[in-house]
Amino acid sequence: MEISARQPLPATKKNHPAGGVRTADPFFRMLVMATGIGVLVVLGAIIGVMAVGGWKAFAVFGPEFLISAVWNPVTQHFGAAAPVFGTIVSSAMALVVAVPLAFGTAFWLAALAPPAAAAFIGMAVQLLAAVPSIIFGMWGFFVVVPLVAHYVQPTARHLFGHVPGLSALVAGAPFGTGLFTASLILAIMITPSITAVMRDVFVSMPTVLRESAYGLGATRWEVMRNVVLPWSRQGVIGAVVLGMGRAMGETMAVTFVIGDSNHIGWSLFAPANTIASLIALEFPESAAGSLKLASLMALGAILMAISFLTLWFSRWLLARGQKAAGD
Amino acid sequence: MATSRSLLRSDRSASLLLRRKITDRMATGLSWLAMLIVVCVLGSILWTLVKNGLAGLSINLFTHSMAAPGQNGGLANAIMGSLLQTGLAILLGTPAGLLTGIYLAEYGANNVLARTVRFVSDMLLSAPSILIGLFIYMVLVAPLGHFSGYAGSLALAILAMPIVVRTTEDMLYLVPVAMREAGIALGAPKWRVILFICLRAARGGILTGVLLAVARVAGETAPLLFTSLGNSEWSVDMNRPMASLPVAIYQYAGSAYQDWMQQAWTGALLVTLGVLVINIVVRVGTRGGRT
Repeated sequence: MEISARQPLPATKKNHPAGGVRTADPFFRMLVMATGIGVLVVLGAIIGVMAVGGWKAFAVFGPEFLISAVWNPVTQHFGAAAPVFGTIVSSAMALVVAVPLAFGTAFWLAALAPPAAAAFIGMAVQLLAAVPSIIFGMWGFFVVVPLVAHYVQPTARHLFGHVPGLSALVAGAPFGTGLFTASLILAIMITPSITAVMRDVFVSMPTVLRESAYGLGATRWEVMRNVVLPWSRQGVIGAVVLGMGRAMGETMAVTFVIGDSNHIGWSLFAPANTIASLIALEFPESAAGSLKLASLMALGAILMAISFLTLWFSRWLLARGQKAAGD
Repeated sequence: MATSRSLLRSDRSASLLLRRKITDRMATGLSWLAMLIVVCVLGSILWTLVKNGLAGLSINLFTHSMAAPGQNGGLANAIMGSLLQTGLAILLGTPAGLLTGIYLAEYGANNVLARTVRFVSDMLLSAPSILIGLFIYMVLVAPLGHFSGYAGSLALAILAMPIVVRTTEDMLYLVPVAMREAGIALGAPKWRVILFICLRAARGGILTGVLLAVARVAGETAPLLFTSLGNSEWSVDMNRPMASLPVAIYQYAGSAYQDWMQQAWTGALLVTLGVLVINIVVRVGTRGGRT
């Protein structure tokens, strides 16, 4: 989406041809600049507030806060490992589902679709991105959870339940809520944005490259596999990382289907928590100034740091991809 | 000998061609499958909402406030609260977004400050929305000692602003340099050129951005949980806790009461229809332009 053709601005020097001192111009310049700096201040304040609010948790538990899997409000013992584990595992599993879906859809939109259908389906994909996350949560809870409880997990247990090494992955009672369901919902939620970026990257490729491959007799898949993908590799990875960043911060949809359990285990179907869902569920029950609140803020700071790094990485990749495209 | 060898070779190339064709067909088929899955999911969501939500659509829903189960309540206060908070959020977020967008497009060129602002704005665009709510709780709700509609609006404004920044910047780049030059040649100062020529030329696109921001924040739940909290009574006082449609849906959807569940579905249908209609209008109106 970055505009590649930065137009040069017309030179307006302070000594304007009309002459005279213009006070409004510097004022306006200051105003827009101050607003821009205000944006920096907002993000700085968010990070600062999280860090200060969470400081107490680090002060009390020390570095152990990061690796402790205990989350026990009764004994006042809190650790970040379980929700961090849930966040990373659910996002990673979401990517496993979302990347093929998004890639297939982007390939369809960029290479296979009849023009009229491409516009229509492209819009449908964008509409899916616009659906509020609480709706995904409700849909997930009332439609996907029963499917997972009645069909997916029993089938998975039937198939892998007796395979050594795999049985642990499908263990547990089939509640329907848990990591697997949350990952499915997350995958659906991030597929549209990954698709959009991938499609942009595919379409932005110089037509002459694609046409010369077709001219040599390559099939559509071969053009995608051997010409488009190598050319747009960085942009595609950037899109995937961007999707992962979104998945990690998602709250409402996950809160409905994750099962609310602070437990680290092997089972993909076990109830769990992500940082965001834990904050949404437990924050209303934590008193101001309590250790629990500080621990939740510290988790918020960790989530902020993780999503900051992810987004940074994805933008770096996308920008590099674009630079390569410009050459 | 020579003929048999060439025969063999053509045989081999035929099988290679066949294999390439099969691979291509398989990739094409899987690609169709992926597209169909995505479309079916959207269809399933819409169908679930219509199937469960349509039954609860009545005048009562818009004229009564939330009430205890079995008391024949509606969602009037939640709808009003959503309108007020979204409206105020857009009123706060749009000017800030516009000015920042102007700074990035017209003054920033490519200096370090502008690059940082652009990056940070994009960060805010995809920052976890629950953290924005947590932030407003810490800086506004906790010091003042009470939840309020203002706090909710402010949290939503932080989410709306980056969308306006991005569209404003993108749209200003599309304004032809010749138009700026014409304005400057007529002796207009730069701020007038920007406000009355560039912004006016780009207003369609910027309006698109504002509408997308409305659609985005109208469905947000997480930032409101700790800021405006929710309120089961009719209230238009933004200095007090305020109901909103998404939060009401969240409260009702987790309940065990038949009529609350029904209202949750109907509320969900309303929110989704509103958000999707705005999106469709924007996207059809801008003819394939995407943000």
